[in-house]
Amino acid sequence: MSARLPEGMERGGGTAPPEAPPRNPWRRRALLLAPLGLAAAAGLGFLGMLRGLRTGDYDPRGVPSALIGRPVPDFVLPPLEGSGRPGLAAADLRAPGRPVLVNFFASWCLPCVVEHPMLMRLSRQGVPVHGVSYKDRPADSLAFLRRHGNPYDRLGVDEPGRVAIEWGLYGVPETYLLDREGIIRWRWAGPLTEEVLRHDLEPLLRRHA
Amino acid sequence: MIPELGHFALALALALSAAQAVFGLWGAQRGEARLMAAAPPLAAGVLLAVAVSLGCLMWSFAVNDTTVMNVVQNSHSAKPMLYKLTGTWGNHEGSLVLWVFILALCGGAVALFGRDLPSRLQARVLAVLGLVTVGFLAFTLGTSNPFERVWPPPLDGQGLNPILQDPGLAFHPPLLYLGYVGYAVTYAFAIAALIEGRVDAAWGRWVRPWALAAWAFLTLGIALGSWWAYYELGWGGYWFWDPVENASLLPWLAGAALLHSAIVVEKREALKTWTVFLALLAFGLSLLGTFLVRSGVLNSVHAFANDPDRGVFILLLMMAYVGGGFALFAWRAAAMAPTGVFAPLSREGGLVLNNLLLCSIAAVVLVGTLYPMFADLLLGQKISVGPPFFNMATFPLVVPLLAAMGVGPMLPWKRARLWPVLQRLWWAALGGMAALLLALALSGWRVLPALGFAAGAWLILAAATDIADRIALFSRPRAAWARARGLPRAAWGAAVAHAGVGVTILGLAGMGLAQEKLTLMRPGDAATLAGYTYRLEGVEDVTGPNWTARRATLTVTRDGREVTVLRPERRNFPVGRMVTTEASIHTNWLVDLYAVLGEERDGGAVVRLHHNPLAPWIWLGAAIMALGGGISLSDRRMRVSAPAAKLARGQAPA
Amino acid sequence: MIRRLVPALALGAALLAAPPAPAAVGDPAERLRDPALEARAQAIGRELRCLVCQNQSIEDSDAPLARDLRRIVREQVAAGQSNAEVMRFVHDRYGDFVLLRPRLTAATALLWATPALALGGGALLILAMRRRQAAEAALAAPELSEAERARLRAAERDGERAA
Repeated sequence: MSARLPEGMERGGGTAPPEAPPRNPWRRRALLLAPLGLAAAAGLGFLGMLRGLRTGDYDPRGVPSALIGRPVPDFVLPPLEGSGRPGLAAADLRAPGRPVLVNFFASWCLPCVVEHPMLMRLSRQGVPVHGVSYKDRPADSLAFLRRHGNPYDRLGVDEPGRVAIEWGLYGVPETYLLDREGIIRWRWAGPLTEEVLRHDLEPLLRRHA
Repeated sequence: MIPELGHFALALALALSAAQAVFGLWGAQRGEARLMAAAPPLAAGVLLAVAVSLGCLMWSFAVNDTTVMNVVQNSHSAKPMLYKLTGTWGNHEGSLVLWVFILALCGGAVALFGRDLPSRLQARVLAVLGLVTVGFLAFTLGTSNPFERVWPPPLDGQGLNPILQDPGLAFHPPLLYLGYVGYAVTYAFAIAALIEGRVDAAWGRWVRPWALAAWAFLTLGIALGSWWAYYELGWGGYWFWDPVENASLLPWLAGAALLHSAIVVEKREALKTWTVFLALLAFGLSLLGTFLVRSGVLNSVHAFANDPDRGVFILLLMMAYVGGGFALFAWRAAAMAPTGVFAPLSREGGLVLNNLLLCSIAAVVLVGTLYPMFADLLLGQKISVGPPFFNMATFPLVVPLLAAMGVGPMLPWKRARLWPVLQRLWWAALGGMAALLLALALSGWRVLPALGFAAGAWLILAAATDIADRIALFSRPRAAWARARGLPRAAWGAAVAHAGVGVTILGLAGMGLAQEKLTLMRPGDAATLAGYTYRLEGVEDVTGPNWTARRATLTVTRDGREVTVLRPERRNFPVGRMVTTEASIHTNWLVDLYAVLGEERDGGAVVRLHHNPLAPWIWLGAAIMALGGGISLSDRRMRVSAPAAKLARGQAPA
Repeated sequence: MIRRLVPALALGAALLAAPPAPAAVGDPAERLRDPALEARAQAIGRELRCLVCQNQSIEDSDAPLARDLRRIVREQVAAGQSNAEVMRFVHDRYGDFVLLRPRLTAATALLWATPALALGGGALLILAMRRRQAAEAALAAPELSEAERARLRAAERDGERAA
């Protein structure tokens, strides 16, 4: 293949060392193929991640809750004065007898405004929804509920945000689903939307009803 | 008009680089001298076109042309001109144009400096570079057009993230890309050698300058990024083992292995298959970094905002180049018979050990970086792999590497005896021990920093011993100067680079002894840290071009004498509504006095003070490493391809 | 198809909308008086990931959640809990993701084995290469062809002596 231009790389008088009889040609071949195999495997993995990014199966930012399958942590939260709802404590959630939602929100959180109509709807449908106001001044929380409606049966105030850490919360809004025995079954980080309700929450509510 | 010109120039570059690829490959395959001769001018044409395009984009940023989408999203009229210009590559699209520009620059350099390469090799190298350019231009034009217009134009742009408005970060991407893209050239050489079916000493000699240059630039780029993190993020940290940082470290490690194994190819015609593999790997890891940053599959502070469609495109590009390269490797590498035989204890043996350790470290960093992603994908488990893992897992590999680095350069080729070499290194070892004991005693028995001081001293003294030995400084001091001048630059470069690693290690060890104090100060209050007294004089308002700030004035004294005045700031950028902290740092090269201003309350201000011994040595060492690379690069041997190739050409009809 | 992408973006907004956070500096009031305890608390904090800032430890971030966790770590350290107990407390609530040094489990065995695997695999590769070379050296032709020798000599005349 290299006879036409006798220069540079091609000189050497064709005295390339004679091929030594490889003792184990297959092992060497496998070794030479290894980089290709590894790169291909990694490539397929990356492709899987990119597909997952689109379908939602792969989310580098999502953090799963460590509390799934466990009973609610111990806590007692005072009520929000003026909301007319009692406060929230672990005892209220230990064996509710039916699936219950616990929603963490704050008045300064924009996505909480976005998801609020969903909570109102769930509440109207008779799903018990309890709320925890997270790192929010009580007056602001109250104003928020006056303006957007109050879907909560019970409402605790967690101004220092300490109870939220018992729940493993890492942002607001977050919504937890508890089954009849008070075991945490599902956690949604981010606003509840029509899609989330239809694809995730409603089937779960039916399953645990 | 200007943006359209830039867009057109990119499209033209695409056509030209496609021609460069086709003519080069076909010409070399058929041995058609005229076709091959077309490749260098085409490479020059690509360079010109991409330069015009980059110029047009920078012009759009400079005049804040709000009809260009990219400008609107990433710039603002109130930004200083420097950051308008460097903001060109502060975003996905613009940074791609810079990437392609540097790629074209490499093509131009091969066309210019490679005139003395065998024409078939040069044509193939240019062709492969052309192929890479085609892919990235197609990616830019197809998914990330930087010249997209927006109509009606908004009144002004949305601004650039304030923490990116900084001189260090402005020049971090170009240096980093010179490194990443430089490995495209060694990759192209490797592909050309695989097509050719042979690798010889001359090939090793031609590849080495490119490997050196890419590595030196990458060293500078990484160091600049780390320095930026140190002074801008305000926590005194300089390396976070963030996936994107790791992505730049990976080609650096593979590239360091490459430039060492290329020596063995050049001197002894051994490690040929391995060196070709490293050349493919170094570029593959550069591309992996590009993919990770731009695809959205990972979770990093540095990642560009992105969408999965771009990710798929860039994944396909990466698979084409890396997969294609490795496929060619699997097919052709068996044909490259090794020749040189050497004893395990020899210079070659030392370089093999160097490669083993560098590649093992690279494997740890690679696996640690990708592990969370694959654990999530395959096992559905979310785990984190952070600094504690990387520090712990690389430590047992770094220690033998540093120990061997002192000995390796002094071993003779082919066959060596360890004992005579160790005898010559007696003083360096003693110096290392002395540093260890001294550091242990002075630091209150803190083992890890003390080990660092020992390793740093050992490396610097061993490099000095090596040079002293070669120029016979002690045995025949009178002839030493003449011998020093006659010593090949490559030997100087190696010693300087190794000493640079030592300097960086000393800096890391010093930072292991860093102290810190967080305190609420009222004007007139004083705080003491490590023998220095910091008095808060007051906090005032200042105004910058596109920010307002609170600035504290701290007078630093030691033993009653004024040392310096520190002025840390909290800047508020109204565009983008962000607050950044500007650390104020005073260095005397032995210690950094570092102050950050926090919130103000109760009539006072929160101030965090850091006392960072030897901190600047971390980046100074990196600069010395790069300098060593540069010295090596200036070795006459790197240019001797010229007469050799001319000799060969004399017999050729071309 | 993009049904989860939208909430993900909104979640990003939620995190940005966290209570007005000052730029990262820290708060002297949250530190422990006893320097030994404070050093222990910092060592623990550097092992824990700040969940909202992604690739930082809770010691290196002033996100409100990181602040809260820092405070909890310090309270527990001051209350006499061991490092392992404090880590377990946080791990129980936030799962494996919060640990910057992954636990050794079946899922992370390969990760922790990487240094040994890389070194061992590399060493095996070198051994195999040496054996093959020794076998081939017996058969192989002279190291360099005559033309190559001439070229190298020419090159070396031009350049170096020692190396």
